[in-house]
Amino acid sequence: MAFWRRRGVQAPEPPPLPSAPAPPRESFEIEASPVEEARPAADSPPEPRPPEPASPAPAPFDPTAFLAVAPTGSLDTGLERTRSTFINQLRGYLGDADGPQWDDVEETLIAGDVGAALAIELVERARRRRDSPNAESAIRTELAALLVKRDPDWAPRPAAAGGPAVILVVGVNGTGKTTTIGKLAARYAGEGRVLILAAADTFRAAAIDQLRIWADRAGVPMIAHAPGADPGAVVYDALDAAVARGADLVIADTAGRLHTKSNLMDELSKIRRVIDKRLPGAAPETLFVLDATTGQNGLAQARAFHEAVGLTGIVLTKLDSTAKGGIVFAIEDALKVPVRFVGVGEGVGDLLPFDPDEFVEALFA
Amino acid sequence: MFDTLSERLRKTLGNLTSRGRISEADVDIAMREVRMALLEADVNFKVVKDFITRVRAKAVGADVLQSLTAGQQVVKIVHDELIDLLSAGDRVFHLSGNPAVVAMVGLQGSGKTTSTAKLARHIVKTGRRPLLVAADPYRPAAADQLETLGRQLDIPVYRAPVGTSVPDIARHGIEAARRQVRDVVILDTAGRLSLDEALMAEIAAVNAAVRPIETLLVVDAMTGQEAVGVAQAFVAAVPVTGLILTKIDGDARGGAALSISAVTGVPVKFLGTGEKTDALEVFHPDRLAGRILGMGDMLTLVERAQETFDANQAQKMEEKLRKASFTLEDMLEQLQQVQKMGPIGQIMSMIPGMGNMAGEAQAAVDRGDLKRTEAIIRAMTPAERRDPTILNGSRRRRIAAGSGTNLPEVNRLVKQFGDMQKLMKQLAGGGRRGAVGSLMGRR
Repeated sequence: MAFWRRRGVQAPEPPPLPSAPAPPRESFEIEASPVEEARPAADSPPEPRPPEPASPAPAPFDPTAFLAVAPTGSLDTGLERTRSTFINQLRGYLGDADGPQWDDVEETLIAGDVGAALAIELVERARRRRDSPNAESAIRTELAALLVKRDPDWAPRPAAAGGPAVILVVGVNGTGKTTTIGKLAARYAGEGRVLILAAADTFRAAAIDQLRIWADRAGVPMIAHAPGADPGAVVYDALDAAVARGADLVIADTAGRLHTKSNLMDELSKIRRVIDKRLPGAAPETLFVLDATTGQNGLAQARAFHEAVGLTGIVLTKLDSTAKGGIVFAIEDALKVPVRFVGVGEGVGDLLPFDPDEFVEALFA
Repeated sequence: MFDTLSERLRKTLGNLTSRGRISEADVDIAMREVRMALLEADVNFKVVKDFITRVRAKAVGADVLQSLTAGQQVVKIVHDELIDLLSAGDRVFHLSGNPAVVAMVGLQGSGKTTSTAKLARHIVKTGRRPLLVAADPYRPAAADQLETLGRQLDIPVYRAPVGTSVPDIARHGIEAARRQVRDVVILDTAGRLSLDEALMAEIAAVNAAVRPIETLLVVDAMTGQEAVGVAQAFVAAVPVTGLILTKIDGDARGGAALSISAVTGVPVKFLGTGEKTDALEVFHPDRLAGRILGMGDMLTLVERAQETFDANQAQKMEEKLRKASFTLEDMLEQLQQVQKMGPIGQIMSMIPGMGNMAGEAQAAVDRGDLKRTEAIIRAMTPAERRDPTILNGSRRRRIAAGSGTNLPEVNRLVKQFGDMQKLMKQLAGGGRRGAVGSLMGRR
């Protein structure tokens, strides 16, 4: 993707590490990453969040925010942060003059939430590889092999029999479902698609209000019932409205739910059945929203949601944090469900398509 | 999916019958397993390293108690060490001051607003009068969410006009509390990334402006390795006095809390155990230690049983068990109740000593055994359910056909039920009511 390539221009590659062995993290001090300098300095006493350059202000009532759908400068910093510490460390180890320090590589993978068992396995496989010119390419090959092959031109497609395409957005509490829907709505509205949002999170206090604000920003209509209403009914009505108005995309929000609550997971399956009933053969896209700060529990979550609604894609959010999102490797490997988008900020444009090859390539570029 | 530590150690050290001292070689094997268990529980790798070093020093040459195997002894050392770590610091929730100010801070989506409401409810129970302050002007509808929760709890919420700076919101909130004679103020601040310098400076300014007596960092139990870095950033910006570990009602092990406590010394004060506003618990180190290790968590099991089982129903059931008048109808009811409690494997793993059966039990569910059992019972007439002895060959064939199973399966169920009844009669005679009663969730 363009923003990854642009990285070379905007953020010059840090010079290769000196020949001294790269030290693993010695302490828990927060590492100063070169990226942070790109952020507005804030030594002056705080005031309401200063506007980020070229990024839409996250203030709730900015009516023009939806205009900035195109990826902005903040995207580089978002992914850059993920890469910088993690991968530079990896590269440091892999390129070490005394040969790869596999223990350190393993540790770095674990620190990136790849998971201990998988990290050990990856290193084991990489060590045994004879076809790779060096250790770096061996680990890269192994990491890439875990990710699913996907269609770069993916877009939610309408049902064969006509009618709107449907995106059902699911996940545990607090991963950023509603925000992701706001960004998706702006993206597809910007592409000229006619869409309707379904406010099927009828449980969390003010979830409907939150989605309405995003809907207004994107200039997209929203179907909602009263708080506490049956979420299946909301989705059904939204599909009805979409058919009646000739909309070509419906995006349904759902309440966050822990994957261990069987009654709530049943409710989700029911929503899925409602879609299948109202639009037979619709084959909705079911996007699982995963917080990049999630650790090993992410796999259990993904499995449970996959079982309940059959996931077709993942959105990895909050990748602009210090977290690496390494659990995605285990999830894609286990479920063969691809990451479609990554969330890298709070602005309406801070949602990027995810490309596995470019991603892994960028890790070592 | 993950083997519990006890299970791992049983596998690796299980056939070790040596009594006396744990050898260094045993410890090496055990420590590998401990490391994996802690890493799978999302304990920070650096914390794991230090932890292993300490535990190893204690384990090498330790006496193995008469009643324990070497593996159990290692688990005990690890468990005690975990409790030590988790017990560190001042775990008391302080509310001195009028108004006493409590600030809630954390990453986006960790559960600050929900926790604010839960904490308010907890505080009301202690006889204080809280005011909630909506200090998150960024997330759309954040203030609406707090207001809705406040209304549900009948607790006032202060909202500042749009455009007020966050430190001013906090100040005005305290003034509002004085006017309304509220003696506790809880500030619900915006979620922020630890590396967003502007927003981190903002909470530092809020802290300077109103000097909260408690600053609680809200941490999602599912957080991975980054928990430590995040917590350190918050601790550097504001004097964090405690953690609230949220979403612990899922199946995440919650190793993040251990990492944070170990590195920053900040104690866990509360656990968020559900979506409702009453789902807040005071933290017990032993319970989280058991959970991180995947050891039995009887208390959680009992609680979950209490949640699921209707008390009257439970009493009736206990009565039946005692009198051994348990019928197939009751068994059907039980099956449904147990399934409501969650995945059977997870339930079994909470029962000490049943851990090794958890996998098998879950496999039975996955194969659909429970569903088939249910189907067979449903295919019986009420009379047959009450008295299976009337089941002759023709009735059994009808049941098999009606339930979509086959004759051997029906026969097996009837035989198992007979065995169960016999066992219950023995138990009833043996006077082990207490055990049965507590499992049934009677308070």
